[in-house]
Amino acid sequence: MSANPTSDITLVDAGRLAVLQEMRRDPTVWVLGEDVGRGGLWGQYRGLLDEFGPERIVSTPISESTIMGAGLGAALVGTRPIIEMRMFDFVMCAMDELVNQIAKVRYMFGGQAKPAVVVRMPHGMWRNSAAQHSQMLEAWFAHLPGVVVVCPSNAEDEAGLLVSAIRSDDPVLFFDPKDLWTAPGQITDGEIAPIPFGKARHARKGDALTIVTWSAVTPNVLTAADQLARDGINVDVFDLRTIWPWDQDAVAASLARTKRLLVVHEAVEVGGFGAEIIATMIDRLGPAAIKVAKRLGAPRIPVPFAPPLENEVRITRLSAPCPGDSATSPRGHRGAAQGNE
Amino acid sequence: MATPGGAPAPAGDNLRRLTDLYRMMVRIRTFEETALEAYKLGEIPGPLHVSFGQEAIPAGVCASLRQDDRLTSNHRGHGHALAKGADAATMYLELYGRDGGYCRGKGGSMHIADFSVGMLGANGVVAGGLAIAVGAAQGLKLLKSDAIAVCMFGDGATNRGPFLEALNWAAIYTLPVLFVCEDNGVAAHTETRTVTAGDGPAARANAIGVPAVTIDGNDAVTVDETVARLVADVRAGRGPRMIHAMTDRWSGHTATDAAAWRDPKKVEAAKTRCPIARLKSVLIERGLAPAVLEEIGTAARNEMHAGRAAANAAPWPSVPSAYDDVQSVGAVSGGR
Ligand SMILES: Cc1ncc(C[n+]2csc(CCOP(=O)(O)OP(=O)(O)O)c2C)c(N)n1
Repeated sequence: MSANPTSDITLVDAGRLAVLQEMRRDPTVWVLGEDVGRGGLWGQYRGLLDEFGPERIVSTPISESTIMGAGLGAALVGTRPIIEMRMFDFVMCAMDELVNQIAKVRYMFGGQAKPAVVVRMPHGMWRNSAAQHSQMLEAWFAHLPGVVVVCPSNAEDEAGLLVSAIRSDDPVLFFDPKDLWTAPGQITDGEIAPIPFGKARHARKGDALTIVTWSAVTPNVLTAADQLARDGINVDVFDLRTIWPWDQDAVAASLARTKRLLVVHEAVEVGGFGAEIIATMIDRLGPAAIKVAKRLGAPRIPVPFAPPLENEVRITRLSAPCPGDSATSPRGHRGAAQGNE
Repeated sequence: MATPGGAPAPAGDNLRRLTDLYRMMVRIRTFEETALEAYKLGEIPGPLHVSFGQEAIPAGVCASLRQDDRLTSNHRGHGHALAKGADAATMYLELYGRDGGYCRGKGGSMHIADFSVGMLGANGVVAGGLAIAVGAAQGLKLLKSDAIAVCMFGDGATNRGPFLEALNWAAIYTLPVLFVCEDNGVAAHTETRTVTAGDGPAARANAIGVPAVTIDGNDAVTVDETVARLVADVRAGRGPRMIHAMTDRWSGHTATDAAAWRDPKKVEAAKTRCPIARLKSVLIERGLAPAVLEEIGTAARNEMHAGRAAANAAPWPSVPSAYDDVQSVGAVSGGR
């Protein structure tokens, strides 16, 4: 923890400040995507049009493949586009541009190309949005050579990782956690420092168990760790922040001590990135060094709409009371983020 | 409105048909007003897109369709489903995410489907229905059916690649598709004209080789007459056609969107072009008794209030049903 003063901030605003800082610093940084001139679907670009004008905050047609492809083209001539995809699910409309083009140009052209794009793709479950607006497929992209995969879980990391992403010469796929947009957080005052890729946040310390997690489920994991701590069981928790590259050294060092590993991700467990983490640790430490290794992820079903069914996909039931179930406040964080989809 | 088999009443100057159109439009409006009210009370989860001001289009389009004609819809699809013949009470159950809803609580407002009346589904992906409609038409042709496919989409969808691909496809294979572009001038939080080059959807369609007409989509009589003519062409095997229906979106993009960026004067002006009020004055002019109009309104309110109340009291789907209908081979079951 830094000794510098901090301010309260939501994750969406932390990201916005990071973009603002980098756009002020580097005139080649710009944003393209639907409704970004209106502040973006989630308010993540609120106010930026006023400062930077419509040439750098570019509201586009609903043309996902061209949003993605034009971002690449603009990077190839030396600008640094932030490609805003509105919601991860719409990336499917631009898969050629992402997978066959952005992820390939540097290698395929023998290192001549510098695809310095950030693709922002807010993902995950959010207010019962059903199967086409809730997906978490970050593991697909860890499987894709040529890209960095970032999955922040809090305001400070959102800002610091976004600064790194914008400055990176690699294509960075940035999975904003929709469910945490308005979660309260803190950010260190002053210039936002870049957070390096591949460096996990050691969020809780203990010897009983190593838990590895990332993105929107992280707060739930920390709540569970704190509950355990009250029972006298202290666990090591790593928020990976980026799943490619990922902090193998930190996890291996912890696991060598605890000999117990649990990977928690909100995405489907089958074929998820948890499997990769466990396999890597077995390779590094040897099977005899690990007493138990488990994954906790969603069942292999699409995300359903009805609250009790959606809860079955969430790996916690805590955060989602059903409408009409009780007088509890509406689920999710309904603060400033717009999200009128 | 789509008739189960058989030919619908002839279009145009026909009091019974116009009354049916009116009834359908009032049902759509009342369905959505009731849903919005419930939404604001927190009874309905998820996103909700209403279509106040656009009712003449689904009603007018489906008046010329048969039940075995297929229709693909978009995210603003309540009117499309109702007009194609879906049952309001079953729709409410789905909006509420309850047992017995059209999609068994898997879909919600944005994914209403009723395959039994040819409604192949609302879609959460803009332009997602275009290729599906074209394929449905190709399949129907292969099956030697004289049913047709109808594709409802917004102006915003015309800037996505599938618009070009689907229209070209329909034209080269002379497929029985009616494309219906509901042009309400806005796409989410953007005025579509600010991100659209050229002369718009009809010009694009004509350039691709799909004959298109632009009409006043707030005039139910015009919509009905135009659709009747074009459906006859499409059904006769003369290839795809497109209707570009100009209309208005009175509301925000979703039930939670205040759309504060829009010029309130323009929104107020749009409300003066209300398709329901307009058809009502036509009906009165043609001598329909005001009591009949009253009755239509009352019946719609009763129907929708009953549907809403039943949905609000209905049980949730059972949790194990979350695992149903994923796939046949290799499905997982509950309990993980
Ligand atoms: C491929 C894709 N991109 C973006 C979105 C987000 N989105 C949902 S509706 C909408 C606007 C669609 O406008 P239009 O097709 O004109 O229909 P309208 O909402 O006006 O009825 C947008 C951008 C989406 N659902 N799918």
